[in-house]
Amino acid sequence: MSSFEGTTASGFLLVLAIVAPFIGVLLSLALGGRASERIALLLMPMGLGIAVAIASGVWRAGAALLYVLGGWKTPLGVVLRADGLSAVMLVTTAIVICAAGLFARAEFQVPRGAPERRAPLMFWTLLLAVWGALNLVFLSSDLFNFYVALELLTFAAVPLVCLSGRAETLAAALRYMLFALLGSVFYLLGVALLYGAYGVLDVGLLSSRIRPDPVAWVALSLMTTGLLAKTALFPLHLWLPPAHAGAPPAASAVLSALVVKGAFFLIVRLWFDVMPGLLPQQAAQLLGALGAAAVLFGSVVALRQARLKLLIAYSTVAQIGYLFFVFPLVIGTDVAHAWNGAAWTGGWMQLVSHAFAKAAMFLAAGLIAEAAGHDRIAELGGIGRALPISVLAFALGGLSLMGVPPSGGFVAKWLLLTAAVEAGQWWWALVMLAGGLLAGAYVFRVLGQLWGDASGPLASLTKVSIRREAIALALALGAVSLGFVSLEPAKLLQIGRAHAAEIVLR
Amino acid sequence: MNGAALFGVTAAALVGLGLYGLIVHPQPLRKILAFNVLGSGVFLIFGVVARRGAGAGMGGDPVPQALVITGIVVAFSATALAVALLLRLFEETGRASLRSDVSNANDEAGGNS
Repeated sequence: MSSFEGTTASGFLLVLAIVAPFIGVLLSLALGGRASERIALLLMPMGLGIAVAIASGVWRAGAALLYVLGGWKTPLGVVLRADGLSAVMLVTTAIVICAAGLFARAEFQVPRGAPERRAPLMFWTLLLAVWGALNLVFLSSDLFNFYVALELLTFAAVPLVCLSGRAETLAAALRYMLFALLGSVFYLLGVALLYGAYGVLDVGLLSSRIRPDPVAWVALSLMTTGLLAKTALFPLHLWLPPAHAGAPPAASAVLSALVVKGAFFLIVRLWFDVMPGLLPQQAAQLLGALGAAAVLFGSVVALRQARLKLLIAYSTVAQIGYLFFVFPLVIGTDVAHAWNGAAWTGGWMQLVSHAFAKAAMFLAAGLIAEAAGHDRIAELGGIGRALPISVLAFALGGLSLMGVPPSGGFVAKWLLLTAAVEAGQWWWALVMLAGGLLAGAYVFRVLGQLWGDASGPLASLTKVSIRREAIALALALGAVSLGFVSLEPAKLLQIGRAHAAEIVLR
Repeated sequence: MNGAALFGVTAAALVGLGLYGLIVHPQPLRKILAFNVLGSGVFLIFGVVARRGAGAGMGGDPVPQALVITGIVVAFSATALAVALLLRLFEETGRASLRSDVSNANDEAGGNS
């Protein structure tokens, strides 16, 4: 089993992926606002390079990359581990962070000669901190390390929400923080119980020792509940819309596309790596049912929003719901096909395509709001003529959310739909179809307005740079182009999962 | 009842009290305090785990003790961040509650501008 092996070749890349952003954080704090932008811009291509190098390393080796910290083997030491899932998440994160960073340059620049402001220093530092924390989540293989990573992620994400310092964003950040505190303490309680019962924290070791006994059920339920609060699954989503809608556009993009997925990633690790094959069908159905409620509720509420950014935030609540169909559908599939089946691939495809589409939509909405000075949908009539590229980016992102071919969202939803039918769980298919129709309704409601008749003189709009519009469009095209790639790279998602599959088969 | 069991029951009581406070009280400051009570309960559970897992001739298993130190640092930072947000909210609005909704805050801002 993986945890007994030593550091693999190029294992140092895993350390670099975590350490590089945090070195940037420390340097930014030491050198101040003017330097922080340059540091972030320097680290972005480096981080992207490291993520791609890890992904290609995993792909070529066909096995997980390992790094044994300090040469101490488990159970005493802690290992970093990159399997196919980590690789996919690392690359997605790097691309979205780079796009958000390039987009944010116009907003968080300290011009030569101008006095330094607080916001730019905070933004660039927190952006790097979010990146480092996410990489730590994806590369850890130890329950307590996960906890530390989650907390770092929360501490970096909460202040991003209230960068503008307006009262309503402060209230949103505080509410986010309170939900996150509840989530983290539940998670930690679960860790304490598991360590008390089994005496190990390493995911690999724990999975070979854990038994379906009451301690394990209580611990895993507590941890899952805590993580659901952080990933904002219905009915624990209350904090998300005001928080994501109030943040600056680049921060909203990162929060909606990546940060909530960090907690989802851990739920998957818990149920498919720590306790492989032991998730009872009823619990899986419950997670799926909460996901279904999120899809329907989030979409209906999104339809009724008067403000563009709140609409997009509620759409995030809905799209997170789709991810939770993975649990009943993977448990429902034939064990031999759990990791190469439609449900597994579809779930991750949904995650990645939503990350690109939602980041594009938040950036586009930010540009629209910047040009018009507000984001009230009813008063944005005809803005599509002034900002054609931004509105196109919004539209392409929206098509992916709806699941219209060709787009990543279509492939994801098609795979999940197929899996639902194959597993004989047709009720999820109905929810997905309804969710797609509702998404169509709220996207077209906005597009009808943006491409419709002008509600005011277009000349009064503030100019926005084409370069920033192009970044939003590039992300949206990324979401669409996922629909064109063959499913060959999906094999990456199975790398490093042989161990888990053996347990399922046993 | 031996020491570990006594501390275990105390820890469970603290977790229960903290959870009750976190869910029931509407004021953010009380929620933050309740989080700290709940956190103390969890740390005490780590202590019980350390005592029960002690090797022969040792006072306790060092791993949970190391985890608790990290946990306390994290909980302290979380509390500091939450209190800082609350203070800032109080400075901006003169209120230290979340009860008046976001829509109200919007209306006020709209009325002033």
